[in-house]
Amino acid sequence: MSDHEYTPSSKFGKWFNDRLPLLTLANHLTDYPTPKNLNYWWTFGGILTFCLITQIVTGLVLAMHYIAHADMAFSSVEHIMRDVNYGWLLRYVHANGASMFFLAVYIHIFRSLFYGSYKSPREIIWILGIIIYLLMMAAAFMGYVLPWGQMSFWGATVITNLFSAIPLVGESITTWLWGGYSVDNPTLTRFFTLHYLIPFLILGLVVLHIWALHVPGNNNPVGIDIKKPSKDTVPFHPYIVIKDAFALLMFCIVFALFVFYQPNILGHADNYIEADPLVTPAHIVPEWYLLPFYAILRSVPDKLMGVVAMLSAILILAALPWLDTSKVRSAVFRPLFRQFYWILVADVLILGYVGAMPAEGLYLLIARVATAYYFAHFLIILPVLGWKEKTTPLPLSITEPVLGGSPNLAAARSDDKIEKSIK
Amino acid sequence: MSDQKDEKKTNRRDFLFTATAAAGAVGVGAAVWPLVDQMNPDASVKALASTEVDVSSMQPGQSLTVLWRGKPVFIKRRTDDEIKKARAVNVNDLKHPEKDEDRAKNPEWLVMLGICTHLGCVPLTDKGDYDGWFCPCHGSHYDTSGRIRKGPAPTNMEIPKYEFVNTNTIKIG
Repeated sequence: MSDHEYTPSSKFGKWFNDRLPLLTLANHLTDYPTPKNLNYWWTFGGILTFCLITQIVTGLVLAMHYIAHADMAFSSVEHIMRDVNYGWLLRYVHANGASMFFLAVYIHIFRSLFYGSYKSPREIIWILGIIIYLLMMAAAFMGYVLPWGQMSFWGATVITNLFSAIPLVGESITTWLWGGYSVDNPTLTRFFTLHYLIPFLILGLVVLHIWALHVPGNNNPVGIDIKKPSKDTVPFHPYIVIKDAFALLMFCIVFALFVFYQPNILGHADNYIEADPLVTPAHIVPEWYLLPFYAILRSVPDKLMGVVAMLSAILILAALPWLDTSKVRSAVFRPLFRQFYWILVADVLILGYVGAMPAEGLYLLIARVATAYYFAHFLIILPVLGWKEKTTPLPLSITEPVLGGSPNLAAARSDDKIEKSIK
Repeated sequence: MSDQKDEKKTNRRDFLFTATAAAGAVGVGAAVWPLVDQMNPDASVKALASTEVDVSSMQPGQSLTVLWRGKPVFIKRRTDDEIKKARAVNVNDLKHPEKDEDRAKNPEWLVMLGICTHLGCVPLTDKGDYDGWFCPCHGSHYDTSGRIRKGPAPTNMEIPKYEFVNTNTIKIG
């Protein structure tokens, strides 16, 4: 894995490393050559690792107090909030941690979209990332069911009913998922089991994600291939470690603001009412991070097609490396793509907004237009842009535009401007 | 191995490979099935298959919601007006054509699963554009016969198996 031979200095280290090359791995990770122009949008990988560990650790201790039973789940969560030492803190960190995890993952994904990080040779990293994202949604959904409040129950009912849209076998699949004829105790216990399992699957996939990253190395804001190690790179430690640590600190401030000042603002008040299979809340909304997909589901008037559209909206991302036909990675050198990129960002935000609103009247119309645009972006605009767009010239190296006197100074300047405008 | 013609011909070794793989697949399938089937409704869940409901106190226009197999069942004693409305509809205009006569054998009593066929919410009674039921989740409107008239739900609300044990009691399931 390492780019150069590594020999531990101590005799014991050498003895150990010959038998299990852990020190070689550690050396690879610290020396790992990283493009020196990485900006703060590249710190979210580290932040996401922190989020995953936080969820696993807080989840583990919450599981010591939680009881996965339809009659006791709701009161056991209140027991955690009122009786367990620091239970309120652990639960609020876990619940808000899910939101922070998604906030970070969306920034991470949109960074990839802007700088073309999904393009050759990084397609496998990208697809692993999409699988991680899908598992995150599954884990978050099942975790939301566990407190057994009204939103838990009816969210679970609506989402599991999506499977009933499958022709012929839909009903049997739904019954199989429930372990009964409705969402009930068997559903709760299996969701708890899977909610506990999925983070460890994600952890495994994160290892593969990072492994696949370390083969070609990081993409960078300029998006050109770099030689590594070279003048264009710095070792991961201490340069990136310090930068990541600083960004993580900033992120933790935001995290703490939610946990300590507005711990319930991202949740729904109805989830503090115990689940009641006879009463549906007036307005069912999923957690904020699922809203754009929920809007897509509701914008299609047909049940099966609505489900198909929602799933396609996620799965289309996996095909992105092949839908984007442009050879230029970074949006910095793609003036047209850059505009469509920001329209897409706005489109997803609009979908999120209408997903939280009732599905009627003007909201429904907006949701339909935004859904159509979302698919058009990936299926029409991106493939066509690759052929039609006139990209600006790429610099020869990431050092060149900084040092000046390059024929691509204009590009370097526009790069600068973009950096400022994003920040 | 040295003779290329031998490799292309199907020989006894190929048969052994195929047979072993087939037997292995059957074995794996048999081992996996219990792991899959354990998630289906268990004996105790299936045992709660029927419920008896006393409807003697219900007046025309009133409705009652009871729990059957963890699902709400609507029992509605319909008024003459509601029955008339349900029966006046041209069945061919419906998204899911069903006659009211087939849905409510005894026109006064409508017994159906109170579950929206879209994504499983419980619709609100005496609401919506057709004065029947309205699902607040995704806006499906049902008429006084529980038939889908407007919105994303694909089918009418389901009629469970039920019977009048006597004039006052309905047995569901």
